[in-house]
Amino acid sequence: MSIVRQRSINRVDRRLGQMLGLLSVGVALLLMLIVLFLLNESWPFLASLWHEGQWLGLLQNPGWYPLEGRFGMTPMILASIAVTLGAVLLALPLGLANAIYLEFYASPVTARGFRLLLNLLAGIPSVVFGLWGLTRLVPLITKWQAPGTSLLAAMLVLSLMILPTIALTSAGALASVPKDLLAGSMALGLRRKTQILHVLLPAARSGIASGALLATARALGETMAVLMVAGNVVQFPSGLFEPVRVLTANIALEMAYAMGDHRASLFASGLLLTLLVWLLSWVAQRVNRQSQAFARRG
Amino acid sequence: MMRLLSKMLFLLSTMATLSLAHAAEGRLTLTGSSTVAPLASEIAKRYEARHPGVRIDVQMGGSSRGINDARMGLADIGMVSRALKPSEQDLTAFLIAMDGIGIILHKSNVVGELSDTQIIAIYTGKIRNWQQVGGADLPITVVTKAEGRSTLELFLQHFALKNSQIKAQVVIGDNQQGIKTVSGNPGAIGYVSIGTAEYEEARGTPIKLLPMAGQAATVEAVAKGHYPLSRQLNLVVTGMPVGLAGDFITFAQSAAVKDLVEAQFFVAP
Amino acid sequence: MADRLFAWLMLGCALLVVASLLWVLGDVLIEGLAHISWTFLFAEPVDAGRSGGIGPILISTLWILLIALAAALPLGLGVAIWLSEFAPGNSRFAVHTGITLDILAGVPSIVYGLFGNAFFSIYLGMGFSLLSGGLTLACMILPVFVRTCESGLRAVSDDWRLGALALGMTRSTAIWHILLPAARPAIVAGMVLGIGRATAETAALLFTSGYVDRMPESLLDSGRALAVHIYDLSMNVTGGDGAAYASALVLVVLIISLNTLAQSLVDNWFKRRLVAS
Repeated sequence: MSIVRQRSINRVDRRLGQMLGLLSVGVALLLMLIVLFLLNESWPFLASLWHEGQWLGLLQNPGWYPLEGRFGMTPMILASIAVTLGAVLLALPLGLANAIYLEFYASPVTARGFRLLLNLLAGIPSVVFGLWGLTRLVPLITKWQAPGTSLLAAMLVLSLMILPTIALTSAGALASVPKDLLAGSMALGLRRKTQILHVLLPAARSGIASGALLATARALGETMAVLMVAGNVVQFPSGLFEPVRVLTANIALEMAYAMGDHRASLFASGLLLTLLVWLLSWVAQRVNRQSQAFARRG
Repeated sequence: MMRLLSKMLFLLSTMATLSLAHAAEGRLTLTGSSTVAPLASEIAKRYEARHPGVRIDVQMGGSSRGINDARMGLADIGMVSRALKPSEQDLTAFLIAMDGIGIILHKSNVVGELSDTQIIAIYTGKIRNWQQVGGADLPITVVTKAEGRSTLELFLQHFALKNSQIKAQVVIGDNQQGIKTVSGNPGAIGYVSIGTAEYEEARGTPIKLLPMAGQAATVEAVAKGHYPLSRQLNLVVTGMPVGLAGDFITFAQSAAVKDLVEAQFFVAP
Repeated sequence: MADRLFAWLMLGCALLVVASLLWVLGDVLIEGLAHISWTFLFAEPVDAGRSGGIGPILISTLWILLIALAAALPLGLGVAIWLSEFAPGNSRFAVHTGITLDILAGVPSIVYGLFGNAFFSIYLGMGFSLLSGGLTLACMILPVFVRTCESGLRAVSDDWRLGALALGMTRSTAIWHILLPAARPAIVAGMVLGIGRATAETAALLFTSGYVDRMPESLLDSGRALAVHIYDLSMNVTGGDGAAYASALVLVVLIISLNTLAQSLVDNWFKRRLVAS
């Protein structure tokens, strides 16, 4: 291994190495620049909170009225969490069921077709989902309970969006379970249902969990589809049919004209979102590494 | 191999340079109020027809954005649908039309008029069903504007409300979004520019304007000065306008665009 | 018996999902086809987009995509090659770069929009322009692209490198003629992911390349991307739903065709390099 990575005697190679190295430094710096810019832009807001001792106030103060100087983000944070959680709760069982169907019950031809369909769905942009939700789902919900733009609409559209990811990653996790587990459970005379639910799913749980966590991270960062169907009223999510505004939609709505403290508060909410997403991705990676450790041991 | 690559790079860079060279021509950017934007677009088109080689871009985003962008230099001219505030004295405003703010309902709503008290009660969430004001048994869907929109500010000012008192079901951004929301929901109520609403009504969108305080919400009432909730439509710049911006503003205030103003159902000043 | 029930349940779930997907896709197809025509693809939008077409918007979208790819591909490949071929095994810098890339791959797209607005539009003074939007998208697709290419390059067995060394090839030649072609599935995958993400992106473009729906005349002009156009039509334009669906159909077809194009391009490009593959 080491001979391949040794420094080259050749001048061309050394130049290339240096050039590419410089490039990498540049790219790494650029990416750090992003974090720095975010911090820089949100600093006035964060600093003023610190000085006025309002760190807790940020989480307590209900009401997002930037023009009145009130930056209570809690309703929106809760709305983001509610929408994400709801979407995952809907998509996870359904996605798992689809993965099980794909791996164990579908004929090869059906499986290919189903997989194709899922891949196609995964590639549809979020605006198109938003368009569909706005023109089909919202009027349906309006008939049931006005207004149609609501928490429920956002949850439904979002779950449809993350379903393919969960289904495909879970199917991959199930497929990579060592075959002897399946063989052993069959030899023990277990029913198909028990085999799947009690032997294979637990064995694949890390892969499934990390896929689900990544889907959650994606749902948390989703902007357009939720913006279009959720109503965008800043309030605590009090019911499925009530409109809500999530953090991402808030940034999209107000960014264009926000000035001074207001603008800084939007950047701060962007930072908060990023932190949440990182946390989820980090947990997903830890879970994944754990599963690899298990695989190596077993 | 390398020759092909370098030829491609050369071609790409030439294309890029050529296209960038165009950037030196006369360009003007206007951003701001979604009420003024359609009118500004029409005036811009006519100006471009008279001055070939000039390109004028109009973008919406709200009156606050117009002020913000004009100040920060992101736009040459800001569009604002209200008078300037005392804190905005670093900007100069040029009036191009007068407009009013009217309450709109879905066309199928049988309610014909709402008093000021009723409007306040609806918007603060005290009246929740159309039945309570003489309409059908339908829950009221209150549509309000997002912060930073002058339509919201003037609405609040007129009814002596604060934004925190409003209990809405839908928050919208541009005028056009408000109209689309109300026209799609029989139980909705919203407030938009009279000019925009009349323009849409004329094209068959299922909305109707409600009279306010007994005054019909029409462009005539605004012109005569009778309508209670009137407002200015302004083009703002930092300091004094020069060059292309100045020329355009002069054009926008001239009699040459009077027919455009009236076509949008605004009142020429 | 319970087995049968379980099997039916799984099938039911699959059918439910298939039904929903077909509903969405079907709607886009049917409503979109009703409004689409050749003039639609080439004409300028008239009357806020209700009639007319999406010609200038398609051009803007393609320009933004081109800028994003032109910036991200060489940079991304370069960094991937460095990480995989040149970085000393114990380099802390390499590890840090890797971590930074992974972190950035997870940042929500709207946050990239915030950065793009603050850095490209305001700090660098590009204003609302195709350039600003394209560069923001480049930042977005860079992390995933680098990681994908890097893993593709690492996956190439060391036998190839040793063989090249034994033949007296310079590293550069080995990389260009052997390793990159061998890693081409991963490179394609990275490109496809990047293209898909860039074409579908809306939020980040809202405040970097703007809303103007006319034909852009330079890279510094503001231009409306197709996804932004769909957003505007469905939210703001009464009676714009038909045009919105047609644009959505065009967008989906565009993404599919770009993916296929990317796949075949890289296949052809590198096929000439590698005899046995």
